[in-house]
Amino acid sequence: MSEEMDMDEGGTVKKFMFVNRKAPYGTIYALEGLEVVLISAAFDQDVSLAFLDDGVYELVKGQNTKAVEMKNFSSTYRALEGYDIEKLYVERESLEARGLSEGDLLVDVQILSAAEMGEMMAAQDVVISF
Amino acid sequence: MLHIINKSPFENNSLLSCLRVASAAKGHAILFIEDGVYGVMQGTAVEKSVRDAMANMAVYALNPDLEARGVQGRVMDGVKLVDYDGFVDLVAEHDNVQSWL
Repeated sequence: MSEEMDMDEGGTVKKFMFVNRKAPYGTIYALEGLEVVLISAAFDQDVSLAFLDDGVYELVKGQNTKAVEMKNFSSTYRALEGYDIEKLYVERESLEARGLSEGDLLVDVQILSAAEMGEMMAAQDVVISF
Repeated sequence: MLHIINKSPFENNSLLSCLRVASAAKGHAILFIEDGVYGVMQGTAVEKSVRDAMANMAVYALNPDLEARGVQGRVMDGVKLVDYDGFVDLVAEHDNVQSWL
């Protein structure tokens, strides 16, 4: 049996965290990051997403990209649950600096303080930043 | 003179630099586009700076960019919303333009 086959049959599950720090439409980071998250779902790892700084804008309700003629990918965050990606963490300080609260977000998240976010990041095996 | 802000106020210091320079003199206008539109939202850490500047200068924001980001209902009072045609008019009306990239 090849090594690849061994991995397919289980292997080690690692904790992966994707850190989102960019607003959704001004740059391509948010969309590309989300694509990588969706790909990661195929590998049966322990995946979580962190949203801080301008990354919290990715989750704001009511996005309508018709007039700017860009793809509105915000509904994809609600579909992550279907890929068993259910750990979404948002930093409280980032929300507050932007005049936002949990009720402004389009998906259920866990709100963490900066210190709690730091602990959560430190507990990961792999941290990937967008 | 027209000033254009296209970056989030939390991403770099372009907005505060623009306000420092432009709000000190008369005859300046500022247009928020792309990620810059987060700068005209109510309740943010930069709201007071923008409000203070509005005493001296006209403030505009590009509505399609507000809508894309879901924040069109949270704009500060006194900010005038423009569409793409209005964007063109603003550029044409002013003698020159500074884009604070």
